[in-house]
Amino acid sequence: MRRFHHQKRRGTLAAVAVTGLLALGTLSACSSSGGKEAEEQQSQAAAGGAAAGPRLKIAMITHSGAGDTFWDIVQKGARAAAAKDNVEFLYSADPEGGKQAQLVQAAIDQKVDGIIVTLAKPDALRDVVARAVRAKIPVVTINSGAEESAEFGALVHFGQDETIAGRAAGEQLNKVGAKKAICVIHEQGNVGLEARCAGAQKTFAGQMENLNVQGTNMPQVKSSVTAKLQADKSVDGVLALNADVALTTVDAAKDAGSGAKIATFDMNKQLIAALKDGRIQFAIDQQPYLQGYEAVDELWLYKRNGNILGGGQPVSTGPAIVDKNTAASIEQFADAGTR
Amino acid sequence: MAQIIDVDGDAAGAAAEGPSGGGAGGADERVAARSPLRQALGRPELGALIGAIALFVFFSLTADAFLRTSSFATVLYSSSTFGIMAVAVALLMIGGEFDLSAGVMVTSASLVAALVSYQLTLNLWVGVAISLVVTLGIGFLNGLLYVKTGLPSFIITLGTFFMLRGLNLGVTKATTGDVATNSVADMDGFEQAKTVFAAQPEIFGVNIYITVFWWLAFIVVATWLLLRTRVGNWIFAVGGAASSARAVGVPVTRTKIGLFMGVAFAAWFSGMHLLFAFPSVQSGEGVGNEFGYIICAVIGGCLLTGGYGSAIGAAIGAFIYGMANKGIVYAGWNPDWFYFFLGVLLLIATIVNLVVRRRAETAT
Repeated sequence: MRRFHHQKRRGTLAAVAVTGLLALGTLSACSSSGGKEAEEQQSQAAAGGAAAGPRLKIAMITHSGAGDTFWDIVQKGARAAAAKDNVEFLYSADPEGGKQAQLVQAAIDQKVDGIIVTLAKPDALRDVVARAVRAKIPVVTINSGAEESAEFGALVHFGQDETIAGRAAGEQLNKVGAKKAICVIHEQGNVGLEARCAGAQKTFAGQMENLNVQGTNMPQVKSSVTAKLQADKSVDGVLALNADVALTTVDAAKDAGSGAKIATFDMNKQLIAALKDGRIQFAIDQQPYLQGYEAVDELWLYKRNGNILGGGQPVSTGPAIVDKNTAASIEQFADAGTR
Repeated sequence: MAQIIDVDGDAAGAAAEGPSGGGAGGADERVAARSPLRQALGRPELGALIGAIALFVFFSLTADAFLRTSSFATVLYSSSTFGIMAVAVALLMIGGEFDLSAGVMVTSASLVAALVSYQLTLNLWVGVAISLVVTLGIGFLNGLLYVKTGLPSFIITLGTFFMLRGLNLGVTKATTGDVATNSVADMDGFEQAKTVFAAQPEIFGVNIYITVFWWLAFIVVATWLLLRTRVGNWIFAVGGAASSARAVGVPVTRTKIGLFMGVAFAAWFSGMHLLFAFPSVQSGEGVGNEFGYIICAVIGGCLLTGGYGSAIGAAIGAFIYGMANKGIVYAGWNPDWFYFFLGVLLLIATIVNLVVRRRAETAT
């Protein structure tokens, strides 16, 4: 098995190296000031389509794996703000802390005007964020790292405190009348997911235990949840931590002949229908679109006007609770893939 | 491995030599009649079977809910989703090759069917058919690259693994603007296709997923192919010693490409189950499952070096994997230790397998 991993890592490293070389190539080949590009940018700005001022270049580096709906929405928000603020938006991501740090370094090397970074693995990013701050590049953190953000020298943090969101979920579960619940963790060892379950456990009046499932394999998610509900018939509540797992849980409960009430974190378009017809009780939305949008906008504000949102405190983008009554009002946005 | 003998003396000898060297002891030993018991002990799947029984007894004693029929149906479902792939992967491994792209290929297959049908508003069966052609094409490409370059299949399929991962996401994002496909549950042909790939018929009062029966069909066909046909002899021969096999006229190239396409076919089938059981497909799914398939095949007695193994063994391996996977949940063990327990159980099952086989080989 070690060989497998080794090979994979080498493959990815090679890919990173190639990307790095390409980035270098673009840098040395293009002029960073003047020329046709600057002229176009000026005329664009003068035309007044987007916000005034020279075009900024902002890089976002997250810990997302490939093909994650959540990060797709974050990017959509960021791109919307970038279009409005006349910002060139660069996105890169790697779930491994060390590699994410290399990507941040690449952004510093490109002399971007601002960096947006997630601190899912704060220790791996401490040094590189400090380097960005030393290079006088403003840094905004999003999603994870509320505690470390200010300490590392970031301007502001946008995100949802997972423990607070978890507590909200626990309270909501009490309201729907659950007495014994399971919290389905689809990525074992993920700090944010553990915090959600821990938070829910604190406010949930009944008994709650965790269940680990392999989130990249839906048949396994389904059969594990079914197994848990079969093993313990007294379970009357399930808290899923993402929308896909929640929808699979609905099927699993049906298979197990369980009437457990199902609730979830996060949002997608299929979830809206399930919320409307009551298959899922409520969803705790952390509004990923806001995290992307606000981060880009904050860097623009800072560069243009020295503004800092939140007064040194993390700015919350959630928890926003969506249930049967409110689902219809955000349906069109979920359909467009921005909620 | 008596089944090898009817193709050709040389190929059989070369193949039988593979793992232990025990089979090549001398001409006298080879022609000597073996007792039925020793023959049974020499089967590659026996160790796995003992491991499976041990694990079954273990969970029956430790988990109250494990013995209920509905629980057993869940365990079988979990096993079948791995087992269908494991059977095809086992044939490939007996043929001496790996396919690291098998896990994401399942996702690719379901994405192709979903995207083609949805984007062109076609009947889902058209998407299913196109997906079959595309997926078999990927398997063919894996095989072709292997035989043309002579590089280890490990490297070739690692390359296609990354390519498919990228394509799954890139193509889905480019066509839907999202990282998951749109739900196809309301399209023509969905209910029909669901009956074929993801129905849950009620048997003795328990809903059993149809994949369990398809899994059995896969096992029967693969076992028949391995033990009763010329192709089966070729598979053992190319895995045991490809050059000797070629020298005695076994079509090595065709056999190897065919084996990769066999995995692709199973991936297509699993992909269709994924699509019709979970109507919208996440493009990032499937990564890591390739190890699961290989693990099932190895528990079931396949050697990493090829030339030895069985389809039934791989199926039992998948059953062990499924039992361990769900048994831990039924037993209610601390979820933080889940993967640790899973690893321990799998290791024990494999060691039992190894010990049994060594005993069988050394006993005289």
